[in-house]
Formats: sequence, C-alpha cells, structure tokens
Amino acid sequence: MNNILLCGVGGQGTVLASKLIAFAAMEKGLQVRTAETIGMAQRGGSVVSHVRIGEEIHSPLLPKGSADVIIAFEPAEAVRCISYLKPQGTVIVNQKAVRPVTASLSGTYIDGTEMITYLQQQAGQVKVMDGEAICDRCGSSKVLNIVLLAAAAKSGALGITVEELKSAITKRIPERFQELNLRAVELVK
Amino acid sequence: MIQKFLMGNEAIALGAVHAGVNLVAGYPGTPSTEVLETVAKQNDGSIYVEWSVNEKAALEVAAGASYAGARTLVTMKQVGLNVASDPLMSLAYVGIKGGMVILSADDPGPISSQTEQDTRQFARFAKLPVFDPSSPEEAYEMMMDAFECSEKWGTPVLFRPTTRVCHGCASIMVRESIEKHPIEGFVKDTMRWVIFPRTSFLNHEKIEKRNPQIGEEFSSYRFNQLTGTGRKGICTSGISYAYTKEALECETQEDYKLLKIATAHPFPETLALQFLEGLDEVLCIEELDPVLERELTYLCGKHHLNVTIHGKLDGSVQAAGENTVESVKQVLKAYLGLKCESVEYPAPPELPVRPPVLCAGCPHRASFYAVKQAMKGRKAVFSGDIGCYTLGNAAPLDMVDTCLCMGADVTMAQGLHRAEPDTVNFSFIGDSTFFASGITGVVNAVYNRTDSILIVLDNSTTAMTGHQPHPGTGVRMMETAEKKLGIQPEEICTRISIEKILKAIGLTSVETIDPLNQAEAVEAVKRAADLPGVKAIIFKSPCIAVTKPKTGYEIQDTCINCRKCIRELGCPAIVLENGKPTIEKSLCTGCSLCTQVCPCAAIVSIDKQQA
Repeated sequence: MNNILLCGVGGQGTVLASKLIAFAAMEKGLQVRTAETIGMAQRGGSVVSHVRIGEEIHSPLLPKGSADVIIAFEPAEAVRCISYLKPQGTVIVNQKAVRPVTASLSGTYIDGTEMITYLQQQAGQVKVMDGEAICDRCGSSKVLNIVLLAAAAKSGALGITVEELKSAITKRIPERFQELNLRAVELVK
Repeated sequence: MIQKFLMGNEAIALGAVHAGVNLVAGYPGTPSTEVLETVAKQNDGSIYVEWSVNEKAALEVAAGASYAGARTLVTMKQVGLNVASDPLMSLAYVGIKGGMVILSADDPGPISSQTEQDTRQFARFAKLPVFDPSSPEEAYEMMMDAFECSEKWGTPVLFRPTTRVCHGCASIMVRESIEKHPIEGFVKDTMRWVIFPRTSFLNHEKIEKRNPQIGEEFSSYRFNQLTGTGRKGICTSGISYAYTKEALECETQEDYKLLKIATAHPFPETLALQFLEGLDEVLCIEELDPVLERELTYLCGKHHLNVTIHGKLDGSVQAAGENTVESVKQVLKAYLGLKCESVEYPAPPELPVRPPVLCAGCPHRASFYAVKQAMKGRKAVFSGDIGCYTLGNAAPLDMVDTCLCMGADVTMAQGLHRAEPDTVNFSFIGDSTFFASGITGVVNAVYNRTDSILIVLDNSTTAMTGHQPHPGTGVRMMETAEKKLGIQPEEICTRISIEKILKAIGLTSVETIDPLNQAEAVEAVKRAADLPGVKAIIFKSPCIAVTKPKTGYEIQDTCINCRKCIRELGCPAIVLENGKPTIEKSLCTGCSLCTQVCPCAAIVSIDKQQA
C-alpha cells in the first residue's frame, strides 16, 4: 500500500495532481482511492487530497502516521499535515509561503523558513522546491503541481516513476498543455 | 464491465444512467453538485436534464414525470431537502409510477453546510426507504437497487451519500449497457394522483403496513451485512463502515460481530435481531444523528433483550462532526482493546489561520466596500445569504451581519427593520439565490411597505458550487446533448432579467451599477438609502472564474506604506513583502479596486508602467 497526502491552499491545483497519481497507478493495474476537498475551502482555505494505492483499501482518508510522502504546495500546509506522515517519511515542499489575508493584516507569517526547519527536523527526507523558478522558466504558474509531482517521483517515495508520470501527462492532460508540463518535469533536478 | 476511476458523484450519476433514468432535475449544493453535471455530460440526448430554479421545483418536475411513468432522479444537498420537503411529504403519500430516487447528500463536519442534519431522519419522518452507500462503488450499484425498490413499492426513495462518498474517488467496475424504460404515459386517475384528506387516510394505512414489509426485505439486502462472532457488537453505516474496517486492521483483544446497515429506514429488524442475539453490548459508529443507536435501543426494549447499546447518546462516540480513522480507533481502543501504534510529532510552530476568503478580484469585495463606504457613520445592518458572498463577513470587510438560509436575507432585513425602524437595513443576495428563493421575499417587502435596500450581487453564475448556470444566464443543461445531436443553439438565449423582475414588482428604485466603479457605486447606495420604500441596486460584474483576467497592477515606489489597501480590502493578492504591500502577480486579476482606495496613486497597471 502506498499512501500519499497532497496539501496546499485552495486554487493551487492539488486536485489535478491527485488525479494524475491515481491515473498512473491504475495504469499499473493497482486499485486507487482518493478523497478531495471541494467546496468553501477552495476559496483560499487549506485543502488536502488523500491518495491511497494498493490491493484492498477501506478508508479513502489516510490514517494518521501512514503517509509515505507528503506533497506540500506550501510550507505551513505541510506542517499542518505532519501528523499524517509515517516515521521517516518523505516531504516534498514548495518553499514559497502563501500568506493569508489574516497574516497580511497582522503582519505575521513572513515566510516559510521556520516551517521548513521544523519539517527538516521531523521527516526522514525533505526536498525543498523552488517551484516558482521552474514555473518562470516554463512561462506558466500553472505547472507547480507537475513540478512537485516530478520531485516526488524522483524521490522514489511516490511509488510511481518519472516515466510513468510522463505517460500519465501525455494521456490525461489536453494536448496543447502537454509540452509545457513535460518541460516542467524535465526541469526538476 | 469496464474499470473506471470515478468520483462518488460520478459513480452515482452513471448508476442512474445505466438504470435507464429518463429525467434528472436538481439544484446545485456541495457535496451533491457533480451528480447532475455528470449526467448532463454523459447525456446522448435520451435523458432530460435540468438545473431547476430550486429543490422544490426540481422535485415537482420529477414527480410529474414519474406520474407519467418516467424513471427520475432528483439531486440536492441535505438543506435542499428542507426546501423540497413540502412536495416530498405529500408525494410520500401519493406515491409514483416510474421509479424515483431523491438524492440528498449529507455533509458531516459540516464542511460546506449550514447544518449537520441527517437525511436518514428525514426518511423516517417522511416514511420513505433510504439507501446509504459506504463507498463510491457501492453507490454505483445501490443506485440501480434504489430504482428497483422505488418501482416495486410505488414510492419515491431517498438516497443519502455523505461528503466522503460523494467526493471520494475509486477504481470502479461499471456496466457498458443502459437499461431501457419506455415511458408509459400519464393515466388519469383522480383517486391516485389528486391528494385529498380521504385518500391520505387510506394511503397512511397502506404505508404503515408496507414499511415493515420493506424492512423485512432489507434484512436480506446485499449491502446490509453481518459478519463475525463474539459477545460484543459494532453497528455502523456509510463511510464510518470504511473507517471501522480500516481501524479493525489492527489487532483486537476480543472477538466481535460487525453489522453494516445500508438501509436505516425501514430498519431491517430481522437482521438486527440476528446480530443482537448473544451479545452483551453494542457500539454504534455513525455520523450525524444516532439513528442506528436509537433503532437498536428500541429493538432491545421491544424484545426484552439485555444488551447495552453505546454510541453518541451515552457519550462513547463524539456527538457532532466527522468521524475519522483515528476517532474510530480511539473508541475501539476502549471498547475492544484495539492495539494500534500512534505516531507523535512535537508541537509545530504557530500556523497561520486560513479561513476561506473572497478571491482576488472578486466583484463582491467591491460591492461590499461600496456599501460600507456609503454607510459610514450611519446605523445599518447587513443581512447576507448563502453563496460565495457569505465570505463578505470576514475581516476587514465585516459586511455580513446575518446569514440563515437561502433567500432569508431579503425577509430578515424586513423583520429587523420592523423591530428597529431607525436602522438602514440592507439585504445582500446572489443572482442564483435570487431566482431560487429571493423573489417572494421582495414581493413581501413591497406588499407590506417595508423600508429596505436590496443589493443583488449579480456575477452571472452560481459561483460557490462550481459555476452552474441559472435562469439569468439562459444556459441550460441540455446544451451538451443538443450539440452532440447537431441541434443549433438558439441565437439569443432566453435570459430572465433580474432588473425587469424587480421593476415589475414595483420597487421605489432599481439601478444596475458596475461595483468596480467605486465612486458611482457609493453614490448609488447613498441615493437609495435616502429614498423611502424598497430600493434595489444590482451590482453587476462577472465572477473572475467565468471571465478573462485583465492586465494586473503593481505598487510603485511612491507607496507611502500606509497599508490602506490591505487594511480596507483584504484582497489575497496584496501581501507584505519586506514590510511593504506588494501585489502577487499570479493572483491579481486587474479588478482595479485597490487603485481606487490608494491615497497616493501608487498602484498602476503593469501595461502603463511599461509604456
């Protein structure tokens, strides 16, 4: 069984990322269950996608302490979900903090440094990504989810290889966006 | 059979399509919305699909078709069932001819709802059968069972998934064939189709006789399942069954029997009695109301069984909110000596709170801000309603003082004004909500000569539930199918004009204004506030999700760092960077509201700056 948790802020593209993982896993003949956040939280709230891959899966929600990998689109959201991570699990985290209006009003949560330090103390492996730099090179802020998925695939904790991810992209993403997304995969070191 | 990866709501929709549904009607509401959307997408033209104006209309449209022998599906969220309850209660007595399934999606948490009400209770109240799937794949199969049950017993049936079933996705085996159910046509029969006190008495008797028979049939229903042995029992249903199975992967110190109930009403008593036999105690794990717990407690009394029933009522299980694998493990630890390890992490640094907010560039922000500016120093109360604009209550706008249910803003403002006539009373209503249940409230205000100001926030879509069309947009759900059939779309679609409706009702004044033009918007609000009677301002500006973003803005060095833009607007695109307000370019849609607030003209269009 492979347990994956994706987390971020509403609007960052976590749902499509979880669909791609599910598709890639199903191509390998595995069973998949996912659970998504849909509704009011999509308006800038915390969103979480649970993805479970295996033979017989009961709950769509991950049990705490069971995630092989947390793919976090935002540092504080990774920390918010840390209780799902299994001991010595992997965290892929985008370094850029998304500051909520409440933080702008109070002048708190300046950046994600403190959050990333905490993750580095707790997780087995932490990959900090500069997703925006790759997005800039691709010329689209929409490929952040692909950047993080590629990093997760390369870490080995996703249970899906880079080649399998690329194949999922060619089969599931509309043709006119494929080149852009495949380029994003290549740019991830 | 083929394997597909489907969201629960898609599986439910496919279940209905494969069961040969002829007509689908509903009103959007999280977590139910994708069911009707999926049917519309799949439709080859053989199914009639519509977003109705509200849930009551949807249920009545479907009831009519069912009287004529069509298989029908009605979709809504749990609070929508309250709106539809008038036809529902009567229809339960009258019955139907073509199979009719009423989907009412419950929302434990609640995650996106006003209440944690339980449709299983509604089923008992309306005396109707209810199906309660525990997974997307079960929901697919169960939808077909629900249609058969409905036709066999001549009654509408309720179908109650919860959020985690609706929005969970799974690999599901689905059929490739569609059942055919030709529509017989309406056969006149006054005694059957016209509800009268005398027929209702007879129908009531029939229903009370029928329901125990359905309960008996449900005792052998394939998704009501009894397993295990022992002196302790667990009774569960819906998604809680999945959590329970997950938790029971851990080793237990005692044997147990497990009963899953997929049809809480009429309760499968025979199966439940088999379960209770030889047990000392039972733990009920369910979400929302303690429906199973009460049924079992009642059965124990009725049959003088010495079994202790635990659950929400005796505090063994949390009374409110969602269950999770962890919450179930916790109660099973105490009950069965469940052995499971937990992982502990040290306390994290203080996390930013992230309440949902109006999107960057949302025209509602401009509308709320204009009213706030116009009412500075005046005693005013702002009644809000259901939709994205409920988020206008957040700081720093703080412009929603009340929110109750669909349409209540219009009428509550009237009551508030009667109790406190020296207040200026505003009601804020979205375009879709206006059509759903706002119009009667406006008629009430004009008829009863209230002084109030109606603000219609017209963003040309039903935004919160994911951008469904409504009567004001003129777009219908049959258009996908019509395109497939090569039917040309009408050149001018029939859009129902909110302005014309309001003018016809006879308000003192009706103005349509672009809220992104703040000066004009503020003036319009001031004008309306000084007039007697019922006044309306339609703030018309499309949702950012249904329109292309304009050129974004930047804050120049002339910024004096007064932070008025942040303090007054709370736009998520304006953040502090190195202690100074900065516009996050990936979020800015170019609405220009901040430029109209900035006291030193430091915010300029990126285009202009380059020129």
